[in-house]
Amino acid sequence: MNVNKKNHQRKLSELFMAFLTYGAAAATFGVLFFLVAFIFVKGIPHIKPSLFSLSYNSENVSLTPALAATVIATPMALLITAPLGVFAAIYLTEYAKRGNRWVILVRVTTEALSGIPSIVYGLFGSLFFVLFLGWGYSMLAGVFTLSIMILPLIIRSSEEALKAVPDAYREGAFGLGAGKLRTVFKIVLPSAMPGILAGVILSIGRIVGETAALIYTAGTVAQIPANPMQSARTLSVHMYALSTEGFHTDESYATAVVLLFVVILINAASVRISRRIGGRA
Amino acid sequence: MNCFGIRGLNLYYAGFHALKDISMDIEAKKVTAFIGPSGCGKSTLIKTLNRMNDLVEDCRITGEVRLFGESVFGGMDVNHLRKRVGMVFQKPNPFPMSVYDNIAFGPRSHGIRSKYELDEIVETSLRNAAIWDEVKDRLRKSALGLSGGQQQRMCIARALAVAPEVLLMDEPTSALDPVSTGKIEELLLTLREDYSIVIVTHNMQQAARISDSTAFLLLGDLVEYGGTEALFAMPKDKRTEDYITGRFG
Ligand SMILES: Nc1ncnc2c1ncn2[C@@H]1O[C@H](COP(=O)(O)OP(=O)(O)OP(=O)(O)O)[C@@H](O)[C@H]1O
Ligand SMILES: [Mg+2]
Repeated sequence: MNVNKKNHQRKLSELFMAFLTYGAAAATFGVLFFLVAFIFVKGIPHIKPSLFSLSYNSENVSLTPALAATVIATPMALLITAPLGVFAAIYLTEYAKRGNRWVILVRVTTEALSGIPSIVYGLFGSLFFVLFLGWGYSMLAGVFTLSIMILPLIIRSSEEALKAVPDAYREGAFGLGAGKLRTVFKIVLPSAMPGILAGVILSIGRIVGETAALIYTAGTVAQIPANPMQSARTLSVHMYALSTEGFHTDESYATAVVLLFVVILINAASVRISRRIGGRA
Repeated sequence: MNCFGIRGLNLYYAGFHALKDISMDIEAKKVTAFIGPSGCGKSTLIKTLNRMNDLVEDCRITGEVRLFGESVFGGMDVNHLRKRVGMVFQKPNPFPMSVYDNIAFGPRSHGIRSKYELDEIVETSLRNAAIWDEVKDRLRKSALGLSGGQQQRMCIARALAVAPEVLLMDEPTSALDPVSTGKIEELLLTLREDYSIVIVTHNMQQAARISDSTAFLLLGDLVEYGGTEALFAMPKDKRTEDYITGRFG
């Protein structure tokens, strides 16, 4: 009797857990679906050719300059930060001695930096690049600010990826007399590549979605930047500007649709690249 | 001829005295086995021979190890030492790349670039490790797809590819099934003709089957060292006798 009752209770609690997990999954999916559907419904009807005119004016509210600025700023920031972050992570995991004070300092700093709101980076960029270095509102100031912002993210994800490489690989390579440099760059780094790229993809997401760090550094001029010293707005900043002005809410939604596609495209491309590199390694 | 001459070797992990005043000669072109209970220092001793202990922080070594008369700790380049003294590990550790690239990694590290030469080295090494027939059609596929036993023989081939003089093996069959173990033991008997082999094993039957000399270690001491047959038939030390008759360990 007693056993039966216990069984019954267990079944009930199992059912309850199943309900909770399915419920959570359904809620997550529901929210995401609703969000995307909402943007599509509000935005797609307002996607028209004039939105893609070569230059912006308050009539056509073209997103082309912003799209161009996004497509330029993202790889520029990555080009600065990815090598720096990956090499820093290599130093931390492969070269630094355990318990080295300098390493602990770098680790604590990156951890702290990764939690700072992006407006703080924006303020710093504005004070340092825009004013102190006298670059003015410029793509360059924006790109450097973004680079600093994603550096902790890239260092930490690369470090995790490198740490996850089994020591047996290192031993195997050293045991063949391969030496440190070859071991790190031919064995350890390729094995860690998929994880490193996952960090890079996350950083791309942050760059493309960033506004606060850019408004006071890259400025908000809606033009295709002719050189890095000119101001320009990325798609996210463009959307922010449109929504705050309040005259072009419809176009703002249309822009959101385009931004969504840009993000999906970049992610798909990154996954492909990481598959190819991972497959080779 | 001796390949290794070890004199007054002491090794400390931080404060822990792991090898105590070890002196022994290891004969060239013979199989030498290290046996002893877990934690007695077999791995530590074998890793000293190609200086893999360099990778361990806080590891301090005193005494002398000579490879064909040349001091291993002195001016010898550690990468050159490891080229001359190859190593096979307890768990097969193929790199996550193709079989071909696994084997070619060592030679490439030592400056061989010519495709022709590499092709030849890859084939000879795999043949010598008795695995050529099993992998010749899948040289370009990932080595991670091989079975455990195949992986271990490929790791032996990888070690052979840099043309070492000595092969160190730390329990190379302890992670394998009996059939794979048998294949590797067979292989060792043929490799003995060309290489000096030092092998750590937990398995006393294995030591008896394949080795010419056996060293018994206990708590960092070299208790007894001699011809395998004699050591197993008439151990001189009481502790050796207790160990090989299974009274502790
Ligand atoms: N990196 C290290 N740091 C500190 N102590 C260590 C280290 N490596 C091994 N030791 C210690 O040194 C002693 C000898 O270890 P070793 O690995 O050589 O034993 P072993 O004979 O190979 O044992 P097993 O048969 O389990 O492989 C052990 O007591 C072990 O705890
Ligand atoms: Mg061991």
